[in-house]
Amino acid sequence: MSEDTIRFTLNGRDVSVPATTRGHLGDLLRHEFGETGTHIGCEHGVCGACNVVMDGVVVRSCLTLAVQVDGAEIETIEHLGSDHDVAALQNAFVARNAFQCGYCTPGMIMTARELLAGNTAPRREEIRDAISGNLCRCTGYQAIVEAISDAAETLREMADE
Amino acid sequence: MLLKPCARWPMNKLVSKAVGAPMPRESARLLVEGRGSYVDDIALPGMLHIAFVRAPFAHGRILCIETADALQMPGVVAAIDGKELAEICAPFDTNPPGVPGHASAPQPPLAIEESCFQGETVVAVVAESRAAAEDAAELVFVDWEELPAACSIAEAQSDSAAAVHSSFDNNLSLHHRFGAEDVSDAFENAAHVVEESFAFGRQTGVTLEPRGIIAHWDPRAEELEVWQSHQVPWQMREVYAAQLGLSPQSIRVVAPDVGGAFGLKLHAYADELAAVAVSKRLGRPIKYIVDRLESFTSDAHAREAKATCRMAVDSEGHILGIDAVVDSGFGAYAMHPRGSFGEAMQAAQMIGAPYKVGAFRAEVRGWRQNKAPSGAYRGVGQPIACAITEDMIDLAARAVGIDPAEMRRINYRSTLDEGTRATQSGLVIEELSLDACLAKLMEAMDYKTLRAGQAALRENGIYRGIGFASFVELTGVGAGLYGPLGLPLAANESCRLTLQPDGSLTCATSVTDQGQGTLSALGQLIAGEFDIAPNMVRMISGDTGRTPYGGGAWASRGMALGGEAARRACVRMRDGLFEVAAGVLQCEPSALAFDNGEIIGLKGPSGLTLAEMGALCHYRPYDIPTGQVPPMTIEESFLPLNLPYITSNGVHAVHLEVDSELGTVELLDYWVVDDCGTVVNPLLVDEQLRGGIVQGIGAALYEECVYSEDGQFTNGTLADYVVPMAGEMPAIHVDHITTPTRASGLGAKGVGEAGTVGAPGAVRTAINDALSPLAARVAKQPFTTRRILEAVMAAENLE
Repeated sequence: MSEDTIRFTLNGRDVSVPATTRGHLGDLLRHEFGETGTHIGCEHGVCGACNVVMDGVVVRSCLTLAVQVDGAEIETIEHLGSDHDVAALQNAFVARNAFQCGYCTPGMIMTARELLAGNTAPRREEIRDAISGNLCRCTGYQAIVEAISDAAETLREMADE
Repeated sequence: MLLKPCARWPMNKLVSKAVGAPMPRESARLLVEGRGSYVDDIALPGMLHIAFVRAPFAHGRILCIETADALQMPGVVAAIDGKELAEICAPFDTNPPGVPGHASAPQPPLAIEESCFQGETVVAVVAESRAAAEDAAELVFVDWEELPAACSIAEAQSDSAAAVHSSFDNNLSLHHRFGAEDVSDAFENAAHVVEESFAFGRQTGVTLEPRGIIAHWDPRAEELEVWQSHQVPWQMREVYAAQLGLSPQSIRVVAPDVGGAFGLKLHAYADELAAVAVSKRLGRPIKYIVDRLESFTSDAHAREAKATCRMAVDSEGHILGIDAVVDSGFGAYAMHPRGSFGEAMQAAQMIGAPYKVGAFRAEVRGWRQNKAPSGAYRGVGQPIACAITEDMIDLAARAVGIDPAEMRRINYRSTLDEGTRATQSGLVIEELSLDACLAKLMEAMDYKTLRAGQAALRENGIYRGIGFASFVELTGVGAGLYGPLGLPLAANESCRLTLQPDGSLTCATSVTDQGQGTLSALGQLIAGEFDIAPNMVRMISGDTGRTPYGGGAWASRGMALGGEAARRACVRMRDGLFEVAAGVLQCEPSALAFDNGEIIGLKGPSGLTLAEMGALCHYRPYDIPTGQVPPMTIEESFLPLNLPYITSNGVHAVHLEVDSELGTVELLDYWVVDDCGTVVNPLLVDEQLRGGIVQGIGAALYEECVYSEDGQFTNGTLADYVVPMAGEMPAIHVDHITTPTRASGLGAKGVGEAGTVGAPGAVRTAINDALSPLAARVAKQPFTTRRILEAVMAAENLE
């Protein structure tokens, strides 16, 4: 790491940005790179709206300092439409009306994708547990749970084919 | 918000029965893909940012403000205090002339000399970045004299209370009575009289996207553009015009994608007004995004109330009378422009609303407090009234010795009594379907089996409860309410429908959408009228520069009012096109119909598709046989003229288990049967109900703005103010009874608040049902584990 530059991979692109010691990853993505699909809800790591994928693992971008991503691979909702799992989730979210205002949705999909990567047939309770770190203030969560379950089923069928 | 037609929806897809179809919200797919545009996603060239210095005390006097150090900081452009801003911006004066005796102090955008709640804005520090502004705000020195404060309702109403604001010598902001002056006869002759005290914790809406605004005063054009996360852009245009002394026509207010609103984004806030005024002062675009702590301490609060209620019943369980007193906590100022009285008034007036209550009296008092102002939050007072009513019904049923469901059934109101204009409390109620809702609900939940299971488990020390909540809800509230109050608010909803030359339609609507899906449903409705795919209808909303004048979103009005306006515009558009087609086809217009976007005549498909009609009318009007080109843009506005609002109704039930040793509540199942009239899209309506119920469960079990005795907000993070999470929420079974309102051709009533109105009452009655073998009761919401345990222990100590 050069002392005054952060270099990382953002959605498959090599990028660099002047290092600032105070900013968090969420603000960096939104304000420096214009990737505004990542939303800031609480800045306390509670709500999950700012979830992004860092080196394959979902992290709270509001709790991740910008300088921590030097050398890392970061994926955000804008890029992940080409990912089979994410596309299945997005289709299921639309089909089930599993979102209202959409503010929590990108973060919710990050979490759901991670769940399905490790559990191809989650039970309803497992889904509810997995997304309990993602607050949705609009829906009753039920449609989200059903959508994730539907997406899992779709992905299992795709895997069988 | 602009919903783009979605290329994924096949153009040839037939939608023959649009109303009632569970169509996915394809047009909102961009939100799922992270392509939404919320206020903080927008940046303007030369934009500056604000950080506010806020009052640290519940009540204080500002002795002096020093900003010199802050102004030395890099990137800082200005530090503006209340006196400076007062030169160009008037304080909110929120005293609706139609509310007698209402009294609230003027609220400037930045406090001048006196501040009345912790979190009140004092200095606006303006800088090139938010971070620079926050750093500089730390260096602003305010010399405070802390003043005595009155924070709780009890404190505010005591004779020795400190004055919340120095312009008053007491803290009573509102005093009103609904119903009769004296109801003692009903109580003297009653077989049973039950009485209970209630307390409701202060809550806030907690939108996941905090409030935010970008204001841009262009000094060259002398025009103001505002992008704001808000429900009612037209209202805000009038507010900014009034406060800044501008012509409303020089102002454009845009609400882009909004990340949840729930009533919280219905108000005009001092900090947002300050941002607009600062832009006017500096001639630069200003962005201000509320952070989560500011959100907790300065968003509209709601629900804080104390109440006592007495209910008289005869030996068979018929209600003979209700006598209630509600004390409501208003906070430091009345929320602009609609005031803070709505919650208090509805909390009192709506008590007993679903029932024939005999004699009725409800007194309501609103109290100023040194806390954040309270305002509208989903349901506005009705969740309080419902919870009081339903708990009283259960108490009365127990006193009489009848089943609580039966107690409800025998007391339900079906409609207004013959020949009367309003209920004893002054409500104007349409035909209700509570009987049918309850019958369907009891079947869905298998009530008898649940009761048998409950009795069996009690033998083993397992305490399960079944709770009901019946509600009547005022939806689509219109000018009949706001006009007499003297509030300058358009409460009608409008639709401007345009046929484009390519045969697609544009609907510009006054209705706004913060996730409810109203715009998708309106598009679906319009598409159905012409039998075209929804992606042929482009919706435009939330922009005073591009939409017809009207309300926006509050009081469950999107489909009830906006849907009817759209339907009427479609009918007129179609009639005009049929006139043209009848000339071409040499037949009567009444013989024509739309099928798959094409006009069908006596001989079947005519070739006159919407695209052909658009081209004919726009490009080749000389080919129209009558020579009359019908209007290609139709504007309709709707408001039921003979009703102040449209009443919907429904019944909730919850099954839960209380752990009497831990004080925890496990929600096992939840049912609701709702009657919101015509359902345009059940996929949207059902999850809207579920979302409302989950917020109501949050109210019942978790959510409370906890202030210390000296008025410090103590739980201002989402880790400390707990909102419902997926893991704790039950499966929610939704069903409907459909009684279309006669107030419109569409027949839709409102539904956005129905869940939140009923759920707190259902959870309250279920917990008290569960605890009844222990002779314990809870009365103070939220019913936290601690409060449940205290109730259990208090009952044990009595034994």
